[in-house]
Amino acid sequence: MTMTQDDVYSKVQEVLEDALGVDADEVKPEVSLVEDLGAESIDFLDIVFRLEKEFGIKIDQAELFPEGVLNDTQYVQDGKVTDAGMQELRNRLPHTNLDAFDADRDVEHFANVFTVEAVVKFVQSKLE
Amino acid sequence: MRWIWIDRILELNRGQRCVALKNVSAAEDVLHDHFPPMGQYPATPVLPNTLVIEGMAQTAGILVGHADDFREKVILAKIAHACFTSAARPGYTIRYTATMESFGRSGAATSGVVELIDPDSGHIEPFAKINLMFSHVDQNRSGLEFPEHNFVFTSQFMDLLRQSGFSPRPEQRPPAIHQPVPEP
Repeated sequence: MTMTQDDVYSKVQEVLEDALGVDADEVKPEVSLVEDLGAESIDFLDIVFRLEKEFGIKIDQAELFPEGVLNDTQYVQDGKVTDAGMQELRNRLPHTNLDAFDADRDVEHFANVFTVEAVVKFVQSKLE
Repeated sequence: MRWIWIDRILELNRGQRCVALKNVSAAEDVLHDHFPPMGQYPATPVLPNTLVIEGMAQTAGILVGHADDFREKVILAKIAHACFTSAARPGYTIRYTATMESFGRSGAATSGVVELIDPDSGHIEPFAKINLMFSHVDQNRSGLEFPEHNFVFTSQFMDLLRQSGFSPRPEQRPPAIHQPVPEP
């Protein structure tokens, strides 16, 4: 049976509540996992494991988080992501809305792209 | 300083389950600080729950490390859940059972059950549930440098494995000390 977007959202919400110890009303589509929900690096691994179990999917961490891009001088100069870097990020993270980050490009702010909505879209893409 | 909070490994099923025992002894200094006599209340020595978590971390850490022959440096990264219903007093035995829930390149997740065994009556009482997350630290350096040698699985842990009849690599496994000696 195909899961609706609401089904996926509801399960992602539960996963984030359990992994991050937050309340259901804190988990909204637009909130950032790092900035708003206090996720740390190990929490992302926890979230990946829980999503795999909840949805019966296999996730390579590199699919969710672009390894190597933000510390590659080809893609980052003076703390800002270059045009080539933005293109690489868009290629690697097709499920993530990078428009707001594109206007800023400060690598220190990159973690903010990981919103609840981005996780939901990612899971939906894996289920298709 | 010996920082080892399990005494014996009973079962080590690769990538699936590890079971370990710890005997709680009044000879351990920490019990006398936790808790000393206070006013009208007598001393109530119990193993601090933080050290019970450490015991589970060591049991589950061995399970995670053994899954790839101790090539990775396995670091406790997160206590996902810890719930206690009792306390571990001297003269009792703690049994830790760690189960692998997820294992990947970057780390692992384990669930764990802790039981208290009364050696006198044989009664077994569920005592705690502890779920943990481990990081394979070399896969998650974040720009940090770590020593090349495996500083997590020291000789203390390797000796414990051998004394319990297990070895990191199956071909090196010695006879378990509790196995019967064959007839000549």
